[in-house]
Amino acid sequence: MQNTAQQKVVNYRKPSVGRTLVQNRTLIFMCLPAILFFFVFSYLPMPGAYIAFTNFQYNKGIFASPFVGLKNFQFLFSSGQLGLLLKNTVLYNLAFIILGNILQLAFAIMLNEVASKGYKKTAQSIMFLPYFISDVLVSLLVYNLINYDFGFISHLVRNLGGEMPKVYQNAGAWPFIIVLVHLWKSTGYGTVVYFAAITGMDSSMMEAAQIDGANAWQRIRYITLPTLKPTVIILFLFAIGGILKGNFGLFYNLVGNNSMLFKTTDIIETYVYRSMMNSFNFSQSSAVGLFQSVVGFFIVLGANAFVKHLDPDYALF
Amino acid sequence: MTEKIQTGHVMHSSHIRKDKSQIVINIITYILVTIFCIMCIMPFWMIVASSFATEDSVRRSGFTLWPTEVSTYSYELLFRSPDQMIGAYIVTICLTLAGTLVGLFIIAMTGYALQRKDFPLRNGIMFYIYFTSLFSAGLVPFYLLIVQYLNLRDSYFAILLPLLMSPWLIVLMKNFVKAIPHEITESGKIDGAGDFRIFYSLILPNLKPALATIGLFLALSYWNEWYYSSLFLTTKVEYRPLQYHLYNVINKVASLKNSVAGSNVVITDLPGETLKMATAVVATGPIILLYPFVQKYFVAGLTVGAVKG
Repeated sequence: MQNTAQQKVVNYRKPSVGRTLVQNRTLIFMCLPAILFFFVFSYLPMPGAYIAFTNFQYNKGIFASPFVGLKNFQFLFSSGQLGLLLKNTVLYNLAFIILGNILQLAFAIMLNEVASKGYKKTAQSIMFLPYFISDVLVSLLVYNLINYDFGFISHLVRNLGGEMPKVYQNAGAWPFIIVLVHLWKSTGYGTVVYFAAITGMDSSMMEAAQIDGANAWQRIRYITLPTLKPTVIILFLFAIGGILKGNFGLFYNLVGNNSMLFKTTDIIETYVYRSMMNSFNFSQSSAVGLFQSVVGFFIVLGANAFVKHLDPDYALF
Repeated sequence: MTEKIQTGHVMHSSHIRKDKSQIVINIITYILVTIFCIMCIMPFWMIVASSFATEDSVRRSGFTLWPTEVSTYSYELLFRSPDQMIGAYIVTICLTLAGTLVGLFIIAMTGYALQRKDFPLRNGIMFYIYFTSLFSAGLVPFYLLIVQYLNLRDSYFAILLPLLMSPWLIVLMKNFVKAIPHEITESGKIDGAGDFRIFYSLILPNLKPALATIGLFLALSYWNEWYYSSLFLTTKVEYRPLQYHLYNVINKVASLKNSVAGSNVVITDLPGETLKMATAVVATGPIILLYPFVQKYFVAGLTVGAVKG
């Protein structure tokens, strides 16, 4: 787009396909490992999605298994399984996106108002720490706090005379726990992103506002927030684009195979994983996965079209 | 870039110190941010503290902020038969080194080629790569590909290969390379260097911050890897990557707990609560200790790649 002059030259010559390939052979070779990588690990499995329309038999392989049409999908719809998974996945993601963005924005704006450079840096570093650890360790941290017999919080509640519920048997508690843990893990990351956007702002407006006697609230309300608005909207739209994608690592490590909690914690990814690895139900598992991929694809396209409408520079394609 | 902005910003902060609302905001900030920071660190501290507690004290008074009875018994137990842990360390270090070096090289090469404006195929190849993050066949076909067609079950390659690169990292690299003046490539061309030569001797040395950032993202994903291990490594594999080893140590006890939890039995002789904590400390310690030295590169990566995809 930016290099119309160069494109014109290319168009003018109109080289043949063969010549283009020969002329750019080194650059093509440099891309070849990546091309091969995505071919094998992303494109090669695509025809395998056919498994969702079969009654898969492991020894026969994908394409020799009997074709059953939409039966797997029909079962998932009529049993209510897919509905539950969709509901959980979407609601969790909405909570993550909305609460997460509010928290990240608030922290970024607050940090920006602090004068001490050292505090800003230290706070960012510490808030970013949870992003670094694996979900395996996260599950242990949570266990350490809330498990009924030994948990720190459980003992605290008991010492204060309260009664701690057995959380690992109590499905109702988990939406709160999972959302809290997710916020704990991702707030630092998002704060750093928004903080970078704020420090990249034009500071002349800020200074003008100060000279005009605007107080801190007014500056945040009328300058910082409006300047951040495009960034927020775009990040929000892309997040909405991924609304069917669940955070498998977090959910699976926190809940695992504890079926007492599935009603409120089972998302698409965990269902797909379990029905494949534990119950070897490859067909149903891939039917859910395919549904997620196809619907998710159109949601991303929609989100991208929306972003493009707002600001073509930020659109993905 | 950040230098400039920060100095500009310090000026403006000193201006506004007199403002009353500024003081209120500062107080709120210090309180809330500090509380959140404590919340970020405390669970780690709890794990360390619990790993030094005696099993008895944990049973009696649970995990505490400071061990009431200090003991190194769980570490002694851990190091009495260190085979698993040492094996896990070696596997993880090898995977991390190999994966990061190979992945980084391929990502840098691809990122450079794809931002060359005189490369007519760049948009096509970029779309080919990017499309994979928009649509995938799902887990099951991928799993069957690895297990049935590539025969990589119980092979470390099933972990090494899928983590080598991602569309996001290639885009991030592309954005980093864009910042290198185009004249460098031009001057190389005039001197008669080939494209690979230009990349290798002229571009790579200028890419150090990008290599550090993206290399760290890669290294982190290998170091924290447990997912592909859980899919592809069965019990036949003697040494598991660290985090998957930790996963197994944690869940051996947890699965026992889940199976009896329904019947409301109080289990008093659960093995190794403190051992789990000690395993976690040994498995995760290095990355936490390295963290202060590397976190600035992550911040740099986020700043470059976060919004502009």
